[in-house]
Amino acid sequence: MTDALLALEDGSVFEGRAFGARVQRFGEVVFNTSITGYQEVFTDPSYTGQIVVLTAPQIGNYGANEDDCESPRPFIEGLIVREISSIASNWRSEETADRFLERHGIPAIAEIDTRKLVRKLRIGGVMRGVVGPGDANPQDLIDAARRSPSMAGLDLATRVSTRKRYEWTQPVSRCSPSERLKDAAPPEFRVVACDFGMKRNILRRLVHSGCSVTVVPAGTSAEDILALKPDGVFLSNGPGDPEPLEFQVAQVRKLIGKTPVFGICLGHQILGLAMGGKTFKLKFGHRGANHPVINYQTNKVEITSQNHGFAVDADSIPAATVDITHMNLNDHTVEGLRHRSHPVFCVQYHPEAAPGPHDSHYLFNDFTQLMRGNKR
Amino acid sequence: MPRRNDIKKIMIVGSGPIIIGQACEFDYSGTQACKALRADGYEVVLINSNPATIMTDPELADRTYVEPLSVAYAEEVIRRERPQALLSTVGGQTGLNLSVDLAEAGILEKYGVELIGAKVEAIKKAEDRLMFKDAMRKIGLETPQSMLITSVEAGFEFAARIGYPMILRPSFTLGGTGGGIAYNREDLVEILERGLDLSPVHEVLAEESVLGWKEFELEVMRDLADNAIIICSIENFDAMGVHTGDSITVAPAQTLTDREYQMMRDGALACLREIGVDTGGSNVQFAIDPKTGRMVVVEMNPRVSRSSALASKATGFPIAKIAAKLAVGYRLDEIKNDITRQTPACFEPTIDYVVVKIPRWQFEKFPGAEPVLGTQMKSVGEVMSIGRTFKQSLGKAIRSLETGKASTADVLLKELIPQRLITPNPERLSYVRFAMENGYTVDQVHEMTAIDPWFLRQIAEIVEYDRVLENHTFESAGKDLLRKAKRDGVSDNRLGRMWGVDPLKVREKRKELGVRAVFNRVDTCAAEFESFTPYLYSSYESECEAEPDSRPKVMILGSGPNRIGQGIEFDYCCCHASFALREFGHESIMVNCNPETVSTDYDTSDRLYFEPLTLEEVLNICDTEKPDGVIVQFGGQTPLNLALPLKRQGVPIIGTDPENIDLAEDRKRFGALLDKLGIPSPANGTATSEQEAIDVARRLGFPVLVRPSYVLGGRAMVIAYDEDTVRRYMREAVVFSQERPVLIDRFLEDATEVDVDALSDGEGVLIAGIMEHIEEAGVHSGDSSCVLPATSISPNALDTIHSYTVQLARALNVIGLMNVQYAIKDSTVYVLEVNPRASRTAPYVSKATGVPLPKVAVALMLGRKLKDLGHLTGGYTSGVLPVPQYFVKSPVFPFNKFPGVDPQLGPEMRSTGEVMGVGENFGEAFAKAQLSAGTPLPNDGTVFISVNDRHKAEAVELGRKFTELGFQLAATRGTAAALQAAGLKVKTVFKVNEGRPNAVDLLKAGSLKLVIYTSTGGHSFSDEKAIRRSAVMYRVPCITTLSGAKAAAEAMVSRRRDPIRVWNLQEIHQKLEMHSAQA
Repeated sequence: MTDALLALEDGSVFEGRAFGARVQRFGEVVFNTSITGYQEVFTDPSYTGQIVVLTAPQIGNYGANEDDCESPRPFIEGLIVREISSIASNWRSEETADRFLERHGIPAIAEIDTRKLVRKLRIGGVMRGVVGPGDANPQDLIDAARRSPSMAGLDLATRVSTRKRYEWTQPVSRCSPSERLKDAAPPEFRVVACDFGMKRNILRRLVHSGCSVTVVPAGTSAEDILALKPDGVFLSNGPGDPEPLEFQVAQVRKLIGKTPVFGICLGHQILGLAMGGKTFKLKFGHRGANHPVINYQTNKVEITSQNHGFAVDADSIPAATVDITHMNLNDHTVEGLRHRSHPVFCVQYHPEAAPGPHDSHYLFNDFTQLMRGNKR
Repeated sequence: MPRRNDIKKIMIVGSGPIIIGQACEFDYSGTQACKALRADGYEVVLINSNPATIMTDPELADRTYVEPLSVAYAEEVIRRERPQALLSTVGGQTGLNLSVDLAEAGILEKYGVELIGAKVEAIKKAEDRLMFKDAMRKIGLETPQSMLITSVEAGFEFAARIGYPMILRPSFTLGGTGGGIAYNREDLVEILERGLDLSPVHEVLAEESVLGWKEFELEVMRDLADNAIIICSIENFDAMGVHTGDSITVAPAQTLTDREYQMMRDGALACLREIGVDTGGSNVQFAIDPKTGRMVVVEMNPRVSRSSALASKATGFPIAKIAAKLAVGYRLDEIKNDITRQTPACFEPTIDYVVVKIPRWQFEKFPGAEPVLGTQMKSVGEVMSIGRTFKQSLGKAIRSLETGKASTADVLLKELIPQRLITPNPERLSYVRFAMENGYTVDQVHEMTAIDPWFLRQIAEIVEYDRVLENHTFESAGKDLLRKAKRDGVSDNRLGRMWGVDPLKVREKRKELGVRAVFNRVDTCAAEFESFTPYLYSSYESECEAEPDSRPKVMILGSGPNRIGQGIEFDYCCCHASFALREFGHESIMVNCNPETVSTDYDTSDRLYFEPLTLEEVLNICDTEKPDGVIVQFGGQTPLNLALPLKRQGVPIIGTDPENIDLAEDRKRFGALLDKLGIPSPANGTATSEQEAIDVARRLGFPVLVRPSYVLGGRAMVIAYDEDTVRRYMREAVVFSQERPVLIDRFLEDATEVDVDALSDGEGVLIAGIMEHIEEAGVHSGDSSCVLPATSISPNALDTIHSYTVQLARALNVIGLMNVQYAIKDSTVYVLEVNPRASRTAPYVSKATGVPLPKVAVALMLGRKLKDLGHLTGGYTSGVLPVPQYFVKSPVFPFNKFPGVDPQLGPEMRSTGEVMGVGENFGEAFAKAQLSAGTPLPNDGTVFISVNDRHKAEAVELGRKFTELGFQLAATRGTAAALQAAGLKVKTVFKVNEGRPNAVDLLKAGSLKLVIYTSTGGHSFSDEKAIRRSAVMYRVPCITTLSGAKAAAEAMVSRRRDPIRVWNLQEIHQKLEMHSAQA
């Protein structure tokens, strides 16, 4: 029955049943604790280079559909689950999750003791791993895991970014006739969004809030961005370590003070670096949809969607110029920053959700407000 | 916002007796609230009429009032105690209603009491159907369209708008009587005409049908700073149309994408904010059309609910405790998560397992009630299980039910499949599986049940794997096969049955192959943070997180799902055992599978195993924990059934030896023991065939009491006045065997029944209570009211009872608790039965005497002697404990949920709960108990009396008393003649078949205020059944025994004489201490 293996760099091997594509892949093994939203996880480009373990044990139940894709294809290197559903049951489903992964060449393993694996990652930190066939020599897979590149220092953002500039016009659409969703605001602001591995729901949310969005590649210079005469610049989420992104940090530094800037996740880390801070790698990251974050401006708690392995170091933030606006209540890491004198703010978590709670949608309005204020 | 300092004293309203729809989940919530508030330094005043609860323990509140949950008594408590605040949200619907009533009566204002948790406006907005719909419309949430209809024409108009099917509910009929679903115009005319006629206000609520839609619930919490979180999502296995309390439910929701789930989450939070529940937990129910995704809000509960208890146990997030803290001003982010210690309570639990809840029904106890599930809840309890997958969890949940049958061993009939699938019923889950075994596809079953295909596919896979298993033999089964079977929740029992071997052999083999249960933790966070609370469930994963301690430890086996005859009383005992073990320096380990209980709170015991109470699962835990002792005498029949098998596997049972427990249940051996001791018991015999039964009955002489062996709650027990009844019983009513014969006793008519609870160390015996039953022998002890102290038993008889009890305890070498039932007839004391275990009355006696019986029992089980435990027993180490006042325990019946069932009391227990009344005299205590039990006695009007000839003389005496009290009398011919002959004024009323207006008509018209109708013996005739049933239907108190009627008369006397007065347990027990100090 064992026809797939997961080998970790620490020498441990987990046996399970293969589904998705039957290929061997390596990656950093990380876990996500969200109960819903596996398809959004598969297709979030921030998971580039990572094999994802889902803690929710029953995966694939509601299948997969085009609307819930966060990008054109899955970006995870591999998927590890406790159990995969053989059928898809949902009115919006178009195919099974198994078929979706197979079609996109993503290997997956079911019937793994994911809890044991997660405990290992929590205690030992994230590790490199390899998903391989059941008849492979486990030691070969372990060696392959040990040989695979580490995430630290890799520029993955450029790799997954769009090659060409494009316009995005689609707002958020309803998933049910009963969904309470305000009508999209008419386009009022011109926003240039730097794609470091952007999730589509950010684009949809920006459009919904009244932005016409031009998406530009990760390697676009500040001059080229400003030449587009934006009302504001958005810095997207994306995979991997922010530190190698020196070019992007330098461009963002040039944007500060010239135009309103809003960053999410990797965009937040780039802003953090651009504003003089430092970043560091978290032991096992934050990946889930239940992270409590306090907003110091409102003194209210938001339940947030998160997906990051690196974070901005609170102590490195120059307090004279930058305010920490949001903090994670679980581990007290930085979740949001705001420049004291320029219209620049960013959050580490994902206000666009997808997957996750919608508590932080207000940030998109904060961005348009900021642009509106700046226009006057 | 830290805690409020302007409040010092908080009153908590409990939920009263256990009834269908309101069970021990509110003991869980009330207990958590009491503990949380006291831990924060608040003084807590509690009112709850249910003595079997943990929350009414004198240690849990500063002032504990076991008093009726009525405005008058609650006001008296408020007047005495002057609390600054009243917490309205932890006492179920009863607590919420009483809070609103107190507010509306101006009492809260009068005494300056602030309602905390939910304000009256919010409660009304959530509870009033029309206000709720308006509120939802305002925030853009849909509700099913509905309209109040007063004519058939209006029905047609509405149908033209919303189409068929349409749900119709007549207003103000009991249990929704007369309602139905109209699938077409003809149905509509028929149901509407009937409904309009049945409704006293000629009104029917018509509603758009969402039958067959997917049903979900979200548990929501909010603090005063408007931080709001979802604790748990729950998906119903059964589609809309089955009450959520009667649905199999699964957590977390399984078939929603993130988009859809977030839509629901947004809706739930918007709902909570719009309704305006300031703080605490609420629950919002949704339905989703599986074809289009359209979503409607079904309802919201602005309080802690049954689902909150389930969600708490399912996630490890203590909703009631947090709700109490939020009510006094804390913010969610100011409260720590107990389990992770590092992270705040302001987060949304995530779980890496699947939770399944299955309700437990007992239609078999209510002949005449149709075993069909609908929009009114009928289940009496529930089980929850935790597994790594749905399949595993489902298998464990089915085992937890203890229905006495394996999941596929029911008598299922192929020809019934379509009907049993289409109409929801208690057996539907079995039929789903059976249908698939018989070739039905997932699509076909979905078509008939509307159960989501994902769930059905899971069951189909179980059935498919069964085939694989069946193709193997015990010998050929290898590690992978067994591992998969165990991971999918297949029991050793089932494998054993399949392969024709002893399940213990299967266990042995799989353990040898390394297929062993491990234990995973419930940690609120899917292992993202370390867990500090050993809240565990078994799985067949590869890593065990139990981390057992090496301290001396004792394991307590709980009582499983609530059912009639085995309910909260046993959870009370188990919890106390746990508290006592801690106090005595032992680690306490709890095993139970009932999510409603206090025992399954992770902080009740040092370690909690949320597991089915089966031999397999308990042995698995013993393998890991290696307890020094296992307590089986507190959880009712469930753990007792496991005692001997566990002992045989070398598990150290402490307390009374399981062999002696068995002896007490074995008719022949026990009879021999009684003979040896010279203690009389009703003549009796056993039978394993119809003829044998007839022979025994003839030998004993009629009437006889016939029952199966090894049951609790008088299941399938009848009093037979003739051979026909015995024959019918042997043919239809019971399954019996050589090992489990039918027991037949000579029935002692009109005897006084007595219940005795005693503590014993094998030598010393302390009698905790001698309870005199109000109803005569023949009424099940659980269905009889009783009083402490006994009021009419002669000193001689009391001495005899004392002496017999001591002899029995010694003879059975009872270590711990023992309960004996006696009957006194013509001044002879007979032993009816001995139960060497905690009884249903243990909590009641504990509260009346101030002596914590389970705690003392644990000390005895740990080897201490009674003579050394005087500090726990008020100084008494032998004899009988004193009681300083009158304490009446009365049962509460679910007859209003089962229209058509005869409420005549008998040997089969049917009450779901109990209340206690406290008084200076018997009448006062009984009156309070009746009020609490929901059958308040009238102050004036007409009393209807009908008794059999044997009781005519007593009826005259009773009639005279009622006349003196100012009541009018009405009676059927025979009784009327007797009353008239004695010079009483009485109106003669027709029996149902004699003409009109008859007694039923008068009941319907509201002309009768109290019905006293005793059985004529033998078969109950349809006429008297009709009258008693009508009394239930029109909510007129109906007393079915003469002794009960006499007690009622005394209660009415007290009502005229005694003022409204209340006592708290603390002052009562203090009185006792003074008493014992003087002694």
